Amino acid sequence: MLTYLANPARFMAFSAWAAPIFLVAALALLAIGAPWGLFYSPADYQQGETVRIMYLHVPTAWWSMGIYAFMGAASFVGLVWRHALADVAARAAAPIGATFAAVCLITGSLWGAPTWGTWWEWDGRLTSMLALFVIYLGYIALWSAIEDEEKAARLAAILCLVGLVNLPIIKFSVDWWSTLHQPASIMRAGGSSIDPSMMGPLFAMAGGFLCLFAALLMMNMRAAVFRRRVEAARLRGADA
Amino acid sequence: MSALVATFRRDLALMWGGGGGALAPLGFFLGATMLVPLAMGPERNLLAAAGPPLVWIAAALAVLATLERLFQADLEDGSLDHMLLSPEPLELIVLAKGAALWVAVGLPLALASAPAAIALQAPPELVPAIVLSLLLGMAAFIGIGLVGAAVTAGVKRGGVLIALIVLPFFAPPIIFGSAVAGGEHVGAALSVLAGFALAALALGPIAAAAALRLQAE
Amino acid sequence: MSASGPFQDKPKIRADALSVARGGRVLFESLSFAAEPGAYIEIRGGNGAGKTTLLRTLAGYLKPRGGQIVFENAEEPSLALHFVGHQNGLKPTLSVASHLRYWAGLFGGAINAGVAAEKLGLSALLERAARTLSQGQARRLSLSRLVLAPRPIWLLDEPAAALDANGKAMLATIIDAHRAEGGLVLAAVHEPLGPTPSQTLTVGV
Repeated sequence: MLTYLANPARFMAFSAWAAPIFLVAALALLAIGAPWGLFYSPADYQQGETVRIMYLHVPTAWWSMGIYAFMGAASFVGLVWRHALADVAARAAAPIGATFAAVCLITGSLWGAPTWGTWWEWDGRLTSMLALFVIYLGYIALWSAIEDEEKAARLAAILCLVGLVNLPIIKFSVDWWSTLHQPASIMRAGGSSIDPSMMGPLFAMAGGFLCLFAALLMMNMRAAVFRRRVEAARLRGADA
Repeated sequence: MSALVATFRRDLALMWGGGGGALAPLGFFLGATMLVPLAMGPERNLLAAAGPPLVWIAAALAVLATLERLFQADLEDGSLDHMLLSPEPLELIVLAKGAALWVAVGLPLALASAPAAIALQAPPELVPAIVLSLLLGMAAFIGIGLVGAAVTAGVKRGGVLIALIVLPFFAPPIIFGSAVAGGEHVGAALSVLAGFALAALALGPIAAAAALRLQAE
Repeated sequence: MSASGPFQDKPKIRADALSVARGGRVLFESLSFAAEPGAYIEIRGGNGAGKTTLLRTLAGYLKPRGGQIVFENAEEPSLALHFVGHQNGLKPTLSVASHLRYWAGLFGGAINAGVAAEKLGLSALLERAARTLSQGQARRLSLSRLVLAPRPIWLLDEPAAALDANGKAMLATIIDAHRAEGGLVLAAVHEPLGPTPSQTLTVGV
């Protein structure tokens, strides 16, 4: 599948119809999952109604990490096989991953207000997510700071892979730090004690966000491919 | 004289000689340390709690400021082209440059952290551990910083960009270093810090050299 | 290898149907040539024709867009060649002598800093900081690498830039001596350097 799509022409043909389909699927899943989670699932016995924010918080947390892993894989392919479409994919995924991380941070903060009584708690997971968000920003900034697109792609790929190696280390350090400074463990959504009736809406939302990512990724990639074609045509025009 | 010794000596001469480039981060560090009590008030207990970790932050920012020109100068003046024609692999030349930076900037900063920590009311018995932790921490910062400096070498006025790229990766050494400075789990934190520094010095030059080969294109 | 003896291994360069691109733009296509020991090839072409790109590709800094470069009798091409680009690779605060010392260490091999300084007329300038050198003196310091660490293949990008008549004569002398020892020289030039080229390559479309 991936090797098949590695050909830019085939990718363009595939994404022309796949992107709208994924977009429709995303909207359908989110349209099901959101009311299901917000109105038809039970409130938590401890956290009450505020638990419902987890239907936004948890999927965005999962996928912001998943998207970074995807970028790492694409960067590796781009770096080792010098594959242009892999570079395009990594770059196109970054703003989506950053947005997911931002949504995760904002919902975490909103959830913290009634639960912890503060708009921001230096909780281990939120802190790791903040680090991931800053890594996304650095990656995007590096891309836009380098004018030569090919060079930018490879340098950003190196940075992305360095980030991929470092993320578990950052996570480990932050967890150690978090247990050092706040020994009280706070029950969090996404833990093991989740009620089965919450699983349905949670997975619907997670599936919806995944389809949303796929659709946005393909749309971003298509825009980048079109921009490259225009650029190439302009260069040929300048030569003639 | 091998290529690595030559590189080390030249970078040391560049940083210590002439323009006094290695003095600036030291001055920055002491200036930033001085601002801490001015912002927090001179109250002893407050300083004793927050001061030593702030020494770590000041040291991290001071070394960050030296990274921008580390490879950019070599890229602009053509020295990078020469390094690529050396019998020694670029990875080791990069490591030699990192070693020179550690001696010229890291070592003085770690030593200066002793008076800074005392001035910020750190318990005197903790000062040797703080200096030791910063010696290791500087190696870790430089190992990571090599990558940030290499990927941004071609970017004009890339100082803020380097900071943005490198700062999240400073989290682990800051966490374990500040634990030492705060007197918590000193032994364990020092060994994790040493492990992280070794890993950063082993992997950083590999990633940095890969980036520099692209920069020479 | 020594500065006085001929190059034992006599490397050659061959380029087959070479094409290079810069920033997505093809500069030239299907360039073929062969450089034998003792050759001196002048590369000609207008501004932006791809002279620098060709030399940087031969040096291994850039990958060719198509075609191939073959080095014969040179196991590791990057150790068999010198590249003198537009930038001289000098640090303003360091002295001439410390540049020679650094390069001697960096490039390895048999070294004679004294001979290099003498052949490029730098003997009286050894203690001067690079920032106090004139453009021509700085260029001569950069060229001294060629003599300092003997390597058979010289890739020179407008080596005579900023040189006065005296400096040009020194350059011609070391090129002739290098060819006599079996070395080979490729130079991108606007004006002839003096030595009679064995071949002239014109690049550009």
